[in-house]
Amino acid sequence: MAKKEKNFSRRDFLKTSGIATGALIGGGIIGGLIGANTNQQNAGSTSAPGTPEESMGAPGGVRGLTFFKNNAEFEILNQATERIFPEDDLGPGAIGLGVAYFIDQQLAGSYGENSKEYMQAPFYEGESTQGYQSRLKRNEMFRQGIQLMQQESQSRFNANFVDLDGGQMDEILTAFQEDEIQMKGTTSLFFFRLLRQATLEGAYADPIYGGNHNMDGWRMKSFPGHQAAYINEIDSEDFVEIEPQSLGMEH
Amino acid sequence: MVTTLDSVDVVTVGVGWTGGIIAAECAKEGLSVVGLERGRERGTEDFSIVHDEYRYAIRYELMQDLSKETITFRNSRQQRALPMRQMGSFLLGEGLGGSGTHWNGQNWRFLPYDFQIKTMTDEKYGANKLPPEYTIQDWGITYDELEPYFDRFEKTAGISGEDNNPFWGQRSSPYPTPPMKKTPLLQRFETAATNLGLSPFMMPSANLSEAYENPDGQQINACQYCGFCERFGCEYGAKTSPEITVVPTARETGNYEIKFNANVVEVMKEGDRVTGVRYYDTETFEEFIQPANVVVLTSYMLNNAKLLMVSQIGEQYDPETGQGTLGKNYAYQILPGASGFFDEQMNTFMGAGALGMTVDDFNGDSFDHADLDFIHGASLSMTQTGLRPILHNPIPPDTPSWGADFKRASIENYTRTLNVGGQGASMPHRDNYMSLDSTYKDIYGVPLLQLTYNFTDQDRALHSYLTERAGEIMQEMGATTVVAGSPISDYDIVPYQTTHNTGGTIMGADPATSVVNNFLQHWDAENLFVIGAGNFAHNGGYNPTGTVGALAYRCAEGIIRYSREGGSLV
Repeated sequence: MAKKEKNFSRRDFLKTSGIATGALIGGGIIGGLIGANTNQQNAGSTSAPGTPEESMGAPGGVRGLTFFKNNAEFEILNQATERIFPEDDLGPGAIGLGVAYFIDQQLAGSYGENSKEYMQAPFYEGESTQGYQSRLKRNEMFRQGIQLMQQESQSRFNANFVDLDGGQMDEILTAFQEDEIQMKGTTSLFFFRLLRQATLEGAYADPIYGGNHNMDGWRMKSFPGHQAAYINEIDSEDFVEIEPQSLGMEH
Repeated sequence: MVTTLDSVDVVTVGVGWTGGIIAAECAKEGLSVVGLERGRERGTEDFSIVHDEYRYAIRYELMQDLSKETITFRNSRQQRALPMRQMGSFLLGEGLGGSGTHWNGQNWRFLPYDFQIKTMTDEKYGANKLPPEYTIQDWGITYDELEPYFDRFEKTAGISGEDNNPFWGQRSSPYPTPPMKKTPLLQRFETAATNLGLSPFMMPSANLSEAYENPDGQQINACQYCGFCERFGCEYGAKTSPEITVVPTARETGNYEIKFNANVVEVMKEGDRVTGVRYYDTETFEEFIQPANVVVLTSYMLNNAKLLMVSQIGEQYDPETGQGTLGKNYAYQILPGASGFFDEQMNTFMGAGALGMTVDDFNGDSFDHADLDFIHGASLSMTQTGLRPILHNPIPPDTPSWGADFKRASIENYTRTLNVGGQGASMPHRDNYMSLDSTYKDIYGVPLLQLTYNFTDQDRALHSYLTERAGEIMQEMGATTVVAGSPISDYDIVPYQTTHNTGGTIMGADPATSVVNNFLQHWDAENLFVIGAGNFAHNGGYNPTGTVGALAYRCAEGIIRYSREGGSLV
């Protein structure tokens, strides 16, 4: 594949994503953005079971980046989370749910800054049973990990990560998961677990945090979110379907 | 500069269940009590938007800020201990109510066997049932001696339950409120357990089945089964917690004051008495001394042990020589269990923290251990606590942990999976203990507590046996696939397991082998009391709070008597 074509594709992609993150509103936004990625099956639609409610997770009708400084980084995260939690016939994937926006916001705050973690020196590697021993904050880990995804993509496929097909992206994510990627100050396995966990958090946290768009994560999983009580339903022999509710809807 | 405050009769370090019980009982008797709580004031009114899994269950809203203080950990003395930089295996509470605010409300009395485990094991199986490195010992008190205090705590908390478990000790009165709803899911467990010849019963619960007024006149409301208990506070005031019972009881006397943002760093000792405590205001870092006639350590068991160590009160345990008692007999819990995958959707998202059914047929010495290479056992329960979507992504074996297959399997099985889980007893071992770390410090410059802990052969044998029993129940419940828990190897501080840490400040009849007597009065300082699961000489097969609550009521009686008469209480 010619390098020039790839470069063109990347410019095209950046242009598209710039518009999408800056201006579009509501359920269609990320789908429009992904349309640029022709190799992504199913990624162009955010249709979900159930009736879409008003736009959740997009306060004021706009969305933007609070940690990442350019859309290229953000789009790598976007695609990686989609591979972890892809769109299918059950409903939207990470992109449709706004998971990368959720992660971006978390990385800018106390989660990303490790503000409730013990971060005093000295730092030693330790045994796996002793847990997280890195000097790196989570947001530093994410930035490095995403740069390495791009680097790995260039060295393996001579292409940008966001232009890879799903199988190629999976190959790179698997290399992270199997600890084959050299990271500074942490291991790629640790980063991968963090990324996977953050993806699930973005898919299923209350939409007040910017993910779980339209509560579709909950809807897929038959989790009703914030309900006052089940005292009248818990004796039911049958499964009870309840339309989910966000904490944010009461305000 | 240190400001010395006016002296009080009693100061407690921490205001959770134990600090609240001491405060209520002592203040009712006219003693002046100050509670020093390093966290903040909070109550039912703060929990109106608590149904937020991410904030409370994932980001640990109610838990200790580890950036200020944590512990260090290693599996063995050969390893370098390193800080627990983020919370995982257990969750340390902070703020008014402590862990009593974010608990599930499963409320048990330890078995008669637990309190006399050494005597009863030796009598039945001979003195060599366990190798000598297992340092089991009697607790210096019997179940019957503790029974009135169990009764007292259950009445304060309004516990909902039914007395139809053949393996329990005698009760002096029935549960204050009837058991919770026996839901269709619990009935499945009941039927299966009954078919197997076991004796299922409703789990004793501090999520109350009906509204209740306790003997102190405090109102506890009826549980609404909203499914947000563990790691959350209760917006209904229906999960019994210190801040809706013993804390208001103490405050109503006019003899009680709580100082918030007060982090105690030292118990001050002169000769064979303590004189008070030194603390920092966590907001201004101002330093204070609170003098008191009686000092009561009522924080989490890890911090209670640490305060004694940094204050050099008592002899530090040495695993080489076996000498010393402070830090000795740290124990945890062993978690056997089995998951079952079912075809039909079930209401697994509904529930309450202590909504469950249990069998004790494989707990304590309910079954014969003659041909087994372990002692004790586990309560086996099926709970319906309300599963939430971030933390519950059950997948059958051989399903990938991410990607399309993961997504489908985890979504389908979220409402199609049940668990039978055991709380396995944990026997103390010579090599499992607590001490002070020589490298790492908290933000006040005080050394961190160091934990040296690993699972033992006894633990692995118990886990394996009880996991098989859990699997049999799940099979009988009709699961299409039963997945037994993996065998345990080394203890790992990363994944959440249980916040049932015990030992380190153990109680007993002999100062040579225990830190406190059976009124929880320190052997080396008669006006110092230490309460909590740290008093347990081993860990049993249940949640600890019911037994901790009973010990606190006994300790309160001791403090009141001591305040009048002085001297050793035993």
